[in-house]
Amino acid sequence: MQGLMTLRIALRALARNKLRAFLTMLGIIIGVGAVIAMVAIGEGAKSTIRAQIAALGTNVLIVLPGSNVQGGVRAGFGNVNTLLDADGKAMARELPSVAFVSPVLRRQEQVVAANLNWGTLAQGVAPEFQQIRDWEVAQGRFLHEGDMESAAKVAVIGQTVARQLFGSDDALDAVIRIRNIPFRVIGVLVPKGQTGQGTDQDDTVMIPYTTMQKRLMRITWVQSIVVKAVNAERVDEAQEQITLLLRQRHRIGPEREDDFNVRNLSDIAEAATTTARVMAVLLGSVASISLLVGGIGIMNIMLVSVTERTREIGIRMAVGARSRDIMLQFLVEAVVMAATGGLIGILLGIGSSELIKQWAQWPTLINPAIIAIAFLFSGAVGVFFGFYPAKKAANLDPIEALRYE
Amino acid sequence: MNELIRVEEVHKTYRMGDVEVPALRGINLTIAHGEFVAVMGSSGSGKSTFMNILGCLDRPSAGRYFLEGQEVGSLSADEWAYIRNKRIGFVFQGFNLLSRTSALENVELPMMYNGFASQERHRRAIEVLTLVGLGNRLDHTPNQLSGGQQQRVAIARALVNRPPLVLADEPTGNLDSVTSNEIMGLFQQLNRDQRISVILVTHESDIAAHARRQIVFRDGVVVSDQRNEQALSRVEQ
Repeated sequence: MQGLMTLRIALRALARNKLRAFLTMLGIIIGVGAVIAMVAIGEGAKSTIRAQIAALGTNVLIVLPGSNVQGGVRAGFGNVNTLLDADGKAMARELPSVAFVSPVLRRQEQVVAANLNWGTLAQGVAPEFQQIRDWEVAQGRFLHEGDMESAAKVAVIGQTVARQLFGSDDALDAVIRIRNIPFRVIGVLVPKGQTGQGTDQDDTVMIPYTTMQKRLMRITWVQSIVVKAVNAERVDEAQEQITLLLRQRHRIGPEREDDFNVRNLSDIAEAATTTARVMAVLLGSVASISLLVGGIGIMNIMLVSVTERTREIGIRMAVGARSRDIMLQFLVEAVVMAATGGLIGILLGIGSSELIKQWAQWPTLINPAIIAIAFLFSGAVGVFFGFYPAKKAANLDPIEALRYE
Repeated sequence: MNELIRVEEVHKTYRMGDVEVPALRGINLTIAHGEFVAVMGSSGSGKSTFMNILGCLDRPSAGRYFLEGQEVGSLSADEWAYIRNKRIGFVFQGFNLLSRTSALENVELPMMYNGFASQERHRRAIEVLTLVGLGNRLDHTPNQLSGGQQQRVAIARALVNRPPLVLADEPTGNLDSVTSNEIMGLFQQLNRDQRISVILVTHESDIAAHARRQIVFRDGVVVSDQRNEQALSRVEQ
């Protein structure tokens, strides 16, 4: 029996019992809808957590120069001059896993504006530092590439510094002095609050790293380089590539230790993504149970349908239907119900996750793959739960079936 | 006359728990192409069991059954389905039409299982429905047709794959006598004009009188096998 005809027979059989078919499908509709909505909620949570972690800087790596050993005294990281600006430029240029690179030089400085002064952390950074830290400016602009080249005497100040030096006055275009060198304030950063260790991140002044090197610290190397990987998944890759590149650039033989150190925060990221994944799996599996219940509903109705239509099965067998024709007919019916329910369920799932997004302000994320999986799964539910009733129909004895009242 | 059906020492025993109930106890019969046979007998005589075996719906417990020279008792279930589809047409007492399905589609049903294109199915279904006198009732569903008309649809369905044999199990059992005569007339006409062999089961002797050969069953054996060349024929009258 041809496929198209089987499909037509199935559709007609379902059309005869529209309400029943709909109620049967409802199980699948709710199941698929729940899977899609739940997974969307889980994924949304996952991506929010990811974004929060990324803001913390999980896909950020910090490259520090190696420790200096002099007469048995190991001075700790960051005290030697092996790391250069050129190393950072080489990373940005050559490594595909690296998105942004900025040298960082830091020193506690006393900043003076008119008759007020304030001790704060001066940081010499590149323009990319803004992307690395995801830090917007509230007023003015961040540092430019041009500021680096000319070692411009410009500064971007944090909220705390702005408040301490200027109060409620406009800080933009004011002049601040660091070690008696005047800097023009070109931007004020948005507040970022405290770190986990209680450090006030807004208590900072950022100036071009070149200016920091030449005018404040009078050094040619950089204290550290911060690197942002393309995404959280490629942090490890970036770490390896940076290590390789720096060993090459620093001409470190295979037997010798690195003269630098690459650190990341991936442990935190891993823990958080694992939590999110567990949540997504949990939500998804709870929803899958309702899909299973929907499948049982289909099986139940198909069994009723086989019993009701015993005579029809007998007639079909008497006029030449083989067991497999009968089996296919009922199987297609179950699959049509499950797949139609699946399609409606997908719409319901998308709709309800949009509603959740709008009304509950909960971020949801619909993954196209999960839609495909949900649809295929509902089809599989139809095959699985339709199989037994179809087999039962196919195994009927034609004589008994014809006599059935 | 060439042979259509030959059964040799066919036995059928049903098991009811521990008790063996014999339904057929050694049937030997030969039926030729083009015959019109009535199988008679009281209920429990084994005639329905015999028809089920002839119709490839049931297997004999012992003995052999040849259909057009082919031993069919040992064939697979799928091969039986093919025989029921192509070589045997069934007509039942209760018509056994699909409800809420038009006459045309009921007649098309057997052709759905042997790969006819839908146009060809339509054409042949209309042809046989016209042959049984229902050319103007194609789109009627069984509940819009009278009993006689329903049985005509069933006969059309039995004929649509052009089988050499039609088995009719009490085809007039649910019909009044006038309609019964019409249906029997139709069988006679088909037998005479289309050279279709007809075997019908009945317990009414006036229905059996339409057949040219009457076989009587009792307690699982054939007790009488008579020819009646002057069969009552409404068509011939």
